[in-house]
Amino acid sequence: MHQPQRNSNRLATRRDTLRGALAAGAALPILSLHRATATPADMRAAIANVIGDVKLNVGRVKIEIPPLVENGNTVPCTVSVESPMTTEDYVKAIHVFNEKNPQPNVISARLGPRTGRASIATRIRLTDSQTVVAIGEMADGSFWSDSVSVIITLGACLENLI
Amino acid sequence: MRNGAFNGSHRSPGRVFCLSLTTTTIIAAFLVTTIPVVTRDIPPDKRKSTYEQMSADTRAMQDEDTANPGMLWVLEGHAAWRAKVGTTGRSCADCHGDAPNAMNGVAARYPAFDSKRGAPVDLETRINICRTEHQQAPALAFESKELLALTAYIGRQSRGMAIESADARLEPFITAGRAIFERRQGQLNLACTHCHDDNWGQKLAGIPVPQGHPTGYPLYRLEWQTLGSLQRRLRNCLIGIRAEIYPYGAPEYVALETFLMWRARGMPMETPGVRP
Amino acid sequence: MASALINVPPKAKRGEIIAIKTLISHQMETGFRHSETGVPIPRDIVTHFVASYNGEEIFSAQLFPAIAANPFITFYTIATVSGTIEFKWTGDNGFVATEQAKIIVE
Repeated sequence: MHQPQRNSNRLATRRDTLRGALAAGAALPILSLHRATATPADMRAAIANVIGDVKLNVGRVKIEIPPLVENGNTVPCTVSVESPMTTEDYVKAIHVFNEKNPQPNVISARLGPRTGRASIATRIRLTDSQTVVAIGEMADGSFWSDSVSVIITLGACLENLI
Repeated sequence: MRNGAFNGSHRSPGRVFCLSLTTTTIIAAFLVTTIPVVTRDIPPDKRKSTYEQMSADTRAMQDEDTANPGMLWVLEGHAAWRAKVGTTGRSCADCHGDAPNAMNGVAARYPAFDSKRGAPVDLETRINICRTEHQQAPALAFESKELLALTAYIGRQSRGMAIESADARLEPFITAGRAIFERRQGQLNLACTHCHDDNWGQKLAGIPVPQGHPTGYPLYRLEWQTLGSLQRRLRNCLIGIRAEIYPYGAPEYVALETFLMWRARGMPMETPGVRP
Repeated sequence: MASALINVPPKAKRGEIIAIKTLISHQMETGFRHSETGVPIPRDIVTHFVASYNGEEIFSAQLFPAIAANPFITFYTIATVSGTIEFKWTGDNGFVATEQAKIIVE
């Protein structure tokens, strides 16, 4: 199946062109301007901000996100963490980060022994094909993580906001 | 050169802003080699709602009422139905009663012929006729939250019901709508039928081309991140093929919608739909 | 107040883990967009969401602009006793919305 990878430069081209080409035509109230995106370094900094100077283990966390997304505006995302969720051994928080949106944080959820199942689902925005990272913060102070790559496709006829 | 696929300024006539040059060339080549393009109606049993081409996640979003963002507007519409408005201080419910009874099947047969006007009116216009003539309240703007809420709420009362297009008086308008559907227009010189009749199911830039049936309107489009009407979608289509858009409420949209509903006759309503 | 759709099972067994789905109407303006003339559109998002069960917090989340419009959040909790589960969303520009659902636990 043809899965074109749209890189940031092409996105900027389309939107800048749209803006110019339509300036004389229908007045668009709002138009997205492609700004500098976050970088993987920004994401690492955001993660460090949340977890501190602690080892980030890989495992126990699972991100479910469609590998190929129809529209980056609304991407279903479920994060589950393996845990017995007892009063001694439970997931304190789930944090989700992204790599290329203008801002690296997505959501930070606080859970507890009453949660029962350490799993949250939400819908997120992804500007471009990128990596999504989820971190489970455990009651014992350890941090576990998962990361997935997502491909964002754009429809053939780019919509304008009218 | 911002995009390696193009030459010339972004204002040049041949410039396609929504399709890469490669894709345009492919389409052009296809159209040239298959002259004449004969427009064929999709056989009734081969018709598919765009729902069937969506990913499982997007379908799940539509299927569950508490996960379907369009239902937020249905909720508002439920309240709007009961709100007393205008100088008469009447609500929709005051004349029509409960919507699940009164509006059952209504959206499935709109646009409907209005004898006073001698032409079909779409549901948005019908609501505004009621508001201005019976409630003495100002008309609601197209794409306004209030109008979308009411059309979503009324549309929801037809969910699962077959689209009806049996009124003989609609025939000249169906014909007019078909003419628009089959007419080449815009800078791409494309007609709706070229994609939605001749090439549905095939991929264009990775996305399957839908048949384009209006089964779910008003619908929550992920692209818009909000609920929108069929007119809004048609305007987006026209922009997509680089054609001039008609203003909201133009008779061309009503004719097109009348034709599209005839084309989708018998298919079940999905309002409020969710689409990518 | 903004519309919200909540899915809480009306009945549950004591100790059962139940899924709670929430959907709130909100545009979630990111703050990263500009108008056609280059004027930045200010951020306007839901920033916090809290769920309480008979007054005790069972779940909370901090939301960022990367959460899609009309925020949809599903989480789990253990059904302990009958009562009321309350939901509160707060955000920019003084945004507040609340909703509640009753649950019978047998």
